[in-house]
Amino acid sequence: MGLEQKLGNMGVVTTTLEQAVNWSRTRAMWPLLSGLACCAIEMMSAQASHYDMSRFGMELMRASPRQSDLLIVAGRVSRKMAPVIRRLYDQLPDPRWAIAMGDCASCGGVFNNYAIVQGVDEVIPVDVYVAGCPPRPEGLIHGILTLYDKVQRESITTWK
Amino acid sequence: MSKFLLSVVQTMIERFELEERTFRDETTLMVSPENIVEVCRTLHDEFDFNMLASQTAVDYWPQEEPRFNVVYQMHSLPQNVYLCLRVPVPGKNPTVPSIVEVFPNANWHEREIWDMFGIRFDGHPDMRRILMPYEWEGHPLRKDYPLGYEEVQFTFNFDEIDLRKPYVKE
Repeated sequence: MGLEQKLGNMGVVTTTLEQAVNWSRTRAMWPLLSGLACCAIEMMSAQASHYDMSRFGMELMRASPRQSDLLIVAGRVSRKMAPVIRRLYDQLPDPRWAIAMGDCASCGGVFNNYAIVQGVDEVIPVDVYVAGCPPRPEGLIHGILTLYDKVQRESITTWK
Repeated sequence: MSKFLLSVVQTMIERFELEERTFRDETTLMVSPENIVEVCRTLHDEFDFNMLASQTAVDYWPQEEPRFNVVYQMHSLPQNVYLCLRVPVPGKNPTVPSIVEVFPNANWHEREIWDMFGIRFDGHPDMRRILMPYEWEGHPLRKDYPLGYEEVQFTFNFDEIDLRKPYVKE
């Protein structure tokens, strides 16, 4: 009521810097175009037209880590690949997030042995874990929306 | 066995004193490590076995001596026959001459056998690990190599395992 409503009628909106920046970060978050194994197929199909991810802001996937915000670890990470994933994550500029997609990235999945890293959170800090083997495209989209909720709740003191 | 394969096997047995085994449709010749390059060269040049279909190794520890068997599957494309060769290798300092000059596609097969079993190949130009990371110690597919699994985290032991798990913070 009052001032804000009158301003709204004139086309002016007031908000806090925190809410505005968090809103803009969620509305155009571009993931890195890289997948490792079977979950990558589901990630591709989530990006394609049937289960479009562009309607949530992920208009395209960037091939270069320097130009993307989000690293979706889609697939099993072997011991040989772990330093590579770490380097990719280090090359993402702030603000950056990571989603562990699928069972193998969350906890090692079916592969409980010497060659597969048991959960990519031994290598990079993960924000959202998506379960499934592989998770359906809707499951991945649910994980992305959960990440968006998490980003919306970020506070101005924890930004980097 | 086709006539061609029969003749090949007869000639090889006479020339190199090999032992032959047959199981269903597969014919196997047991070759000793010193002879393997000669045998492969003869098969390649004289008998038209122009494709090395696969090269692997088996570990029979502790049941059998010698411990390893390197298995070569030869395929003759013009005659459409398969022939299997087995080379028994002992467990101490296992070495076999490399057949890379005869069949160049053995390059990566032999690297994989070195990586997984520890069998060295003399004369291989580039002997290093191909599947495991480069500084890995141990040869995973040997029978005395541990499985390397970690304890499964259920709800009743979730907290104990959570303390020990190597999470990374940043």
